[in-house]
Amino acid sequence: MTAQNNGFSVIGKPFSKPDAVSKVTGRAVYADDMLPARTLHCRILRSPHPHARILSIDTSAARRMPGVNAVITGSDLPIKFGILPVTQDERALEHEKVRYVGDPIAAVAAVDEEIAAAACDAIAVEYEVLEPVMSIDEALAETKDERIQDYGGPNNIHKLVALEFGDVDAGFAKAEHIREDVFFFQGNTHLPMEQHSAIATFVDGRVTLWSSTQVVHYVHRALAKVLELPMNRIRVIGAAHGGGFGGKTDPFAHEIIVCKLAMLTGRPVKCTLTREEVFYAHRGRHPVLMWVRTGVKKDGRITAMHFKTALDGGAYGSYGVASTFYTGALQTVTYHIPAYRFEGCRVFTNKPPCGPKRGHGTPQPRFALELHLEKISRDIGIDPVDLKRTNFVKPMTRTVNWLRVTSCGLEECTDRVMRASRYRARQKRHGRGMGFAISSYMSGAGTAIYWNDMPHSEVQIKVDRGGVTVYCGAMDIGQGSDSVLAAIVAEELGLQPRDIRLVTADTDTTPIDLGSYSSRVTFMAGNAALQAARKMRGILVDAVEAKMGGAEAVTVGAGRIGDFTFEQASILAEARFGTLTSVGSYTPPKIAGPYKGSGVGPSPAYSYSACVVDLDADSRSGIVHLNKVWIAHDVGRAINPLLVEGQVEGSVYMALGEALMEEQVFRKGLHKWPSMLEYKSPTFMDMPEIETFIVETVDPEGPYGAKEAGQGPLLPVIPAVSSAVFDALGVWIDEVPVTPEKIVEALRRKEKGEAPRFGPVRFPSIPYPECIKVEPPDQDRST
Amino acid sequence: MERDVERLVLALDVNGERAELLVPVHKTLLEVLREDMQLTGTKHGCELGECGTCTVLIDGKPELSCLVLPVQVEGRAITTIEGMANGSELHPLQQAFAELGAAQCGYCTPGILLAAKSLLESNGAPTRAEIREALAGNLCRCTGYSKIIDAIELASDRTRRAGGDVQ
Repeated sequence: MTAQNNGFSVIGKPFSKPDAVSKVTGRAVYADDMLPARTLHCRILRSPHPHARILSIDTSAARRMPGVNAVITGSDLPIKFGILPVTQDERALEHEKVRYVGDPIAAVAAVDEEIAAAACDAIAVEYEVLEPVMSIDEALAETKDERIQDYGGPNNIHKLVALEFGDVDAGFAKAEHIREDVFFFQGNTHLPMEQHSAIATFVDGRVTLWSSTQVVHYVHRALAKVLELPMNRIRVIGAAHGGGFGGKTDPFAHEIIVCKLAMLTGRPVKCTLTREEVFYAHRGRHPVLMWVRTGVKKDGRITAMHFKTALDGGAYGSYGVASTFYTGALQTVTYHIPAYRFEGCRVFTNKPPCGPKRGHGTPQPRFALELHLEKISRDIGIDPVDLKRTNFVKPMTRTVNWLRVTSCGLEECTDRVMRASRYRARQKRHGRGMGFAISSYMSGAGTAIYWNDMPHSEVQIKVDRGGVTVYCGAMDIGQGSDSVLAAIVAEELGLQPRDIRLVTADTDTTPIDLGSYSSRVTFMAGNAALQAARKMRGILVDAVEAKMGGAEAVTVGAGRIGDFTFEQASILAEARFGTLTSVGSYTPPKIAGPYKGSGVGPSPAYSYSACVVDLDADSRSGIVHLNKVWIAHDVGRAINPLLVEGQVEGSVYMALGEALMEEQVFRKGLHKWPSMLEYKSPTFMDMPEIETFIVETVDPEGPYGAKEAGQGPLLPVIPAVSSAVFDALGVWIDEVPVTPEKIVEALRRKEKGEAPRFGPVRFPSIPYPECIKVEPPDQDRST
Repeated sequence: MERDVERLVLALDVNGERAELLVPVHKTLLEVLREDMQLTGTKHGCELGECGTCTVLIDGKPELSCLVLPVQVEGRAITTIEGMANGSELHPLQQAFAELGAAQCGYCTPGILLAAKSLLESNGAPTRAEIREALAGNLCRCTGYSKIIDAIELASDRTRRAGGDVQ
């Protein structure tokens, strides 16, 4: 642990999470742990076909079954919803057409789960089976039966993006070396330990939903729309959360269904997805095919880059439009790219919809970019670390695509992992290798999902006879957002985190926070909490000053305000001012560039990471054994270094799973392995030791200088693994996951004198529109 | 309800308390603990014996409660997470997990704590490799396992320094 303290009494010190005891004693109440009296259990009938028209649904037999209280189909919930305003393309239950195996068709509420399941089996659905579209190539081709969705196009294209910043052709003309590469990043899923679960009640004309969600507010909005109720008649509460990683960031069918069933039956209704259903709910990592062309000077300086992506989106929009932009947005935030062209395309396929997973749309291009630069450095005979360093962005700059960089710890992060890993002094031996990579991620999206001018996060503080309660809509999904709120308020009021009570993620009682996505909570809710806490501190200090006669400055700390204990001070203040409340809010600065599509990518601050992976790769079996990972993360300021380390280590773990084994694959329209046994993820035995370095750059706009930690550290690990395999065996694996089969095949090709690599060889022809040409901000025109 | 479900009267010894229950014969121990005994500290991640989340101790040894039928464990000592602390006093493992941030979302935590308890009872000073081996059947998606291993080492150190057995 390397975090500095800098004179704070709470900030920067490791402390237990406020809910640590409830979690280690089994007392935390997750959605599926709730079982109010008379609860009905819901099961959902799902499509067995990847693509089919629904001709008829007969629920009569199911309705007649004893123990069945209600059966609903799509005609009961016909209004479409979706996380993004531009893609309202989902129904809670489909009654016209199904688009992937697992698409929900009907739902049953019954006295127990077995009866509900049996009733689902008794529902007769007549289908007209359509030809499924299962790959990017098939989606780009003329459609055989009919398109998956009736918007987008041509064929099954969902979204096309084409942007050009600066004069890219001129940049390539200035280059002394140009290289092109193609990469593929296979899709994978979040695999939270907790299966999604939701339980709803309908009392006094009001719906209450407890759910395992990352975004109570967006669920609230979707429920209001589909149930046709005003938001004030719906309450959404985030139950204790068993893991998200982006997988619980959409409003989901089962959340809407239990509310509808509760309204119909007047009883609590619960739905917990089976593990197989969790694989169908998905919204995970998009499979992305990528083509990149970069021009460099002899000294390695980048003159221009052209990046093309094709995303396999699955059957619905989800966050896909944003995901598409993200595959092109953040390349410029780590490397100074003076001219940049990005063309992105997302297609619909008959698979569970993809969406945001840790790093949302950026791990794929990061994998491609880091390996691409490694290859360029070898082409021109420069050490890859030197080449990357030559191009590092500088703090307090704007990128060519108008992203505002504030604090940037790339140099220090790189130094830390270089020194600790002794990367440059590594012993070269066949089968042993090290790989290095860097990355960056956003501390919250600079724009909300739906257009509005309101704050992104709001906090209220109530002080009452020495007790402090913080109210905030932020949802703690295990990452520790409650700890951040407690630490900040405690620091400002001279208390300890354990003195702060928290009420969070409840749309009735807490002011809004947009939710736990895009690594926004520490930065945004943290700033809102800081503002509210400073106001409260001011109120308390005023009251104490008045009492003390203003002769000396009032100090706050160690549970005291001036000459009084915190409790005495709060009583003085309440007597003087009445009810003690304060509020704070945070609205990100309007920093997006002047072009269409500029809303994806801007963030008030970017975190930076650097990583070295050390591994052994066996040339006979292709099996990779991880020896160690060093990672340095610029978090701006570690509010609680214990939790920052936890986020960094968890990110490294998730990255190693994606790098080496996790993949979501389909065969004949079916998910190949919708189970935890067959979907391989790293166990205790697979994880190497991780050495974590926290780098603090004290961002000018973060709360006490803090930036994000939950997603960024995942990004550099995946390319570092593939680079290390090249270092060990001299073969490039340009495709994630880096499996033993691919390594062995690349070695076989190398032996035969073919290109020593495994990966895609071509990028398809995509009808991208003419690029929107964007003038870069001033500083880039001058360089 | 007109279903013909065979039910069984069972006497289970859970956390030192004897409970008599009437449950369908095919219900798993996991379901009986959670639904019939309201011991919801035992979680589930797959209900197929793949993830280790539902681990409980049976006569001190970790078992997957989703694969156990209650009738198999009648008369044997079942320990769930609710039985791990001594009243309000946390077990050294619970204390270490809380202190070191070994529980993030906390969902896999009960199962891992019980598996770790069983380990420390048979091996009071496990190496990191032995800890990994003992917990190989428990998945965690949040922590990367590092802090969990650290916490188990801390609990083991403290217990040995205090000269006590891990109970």
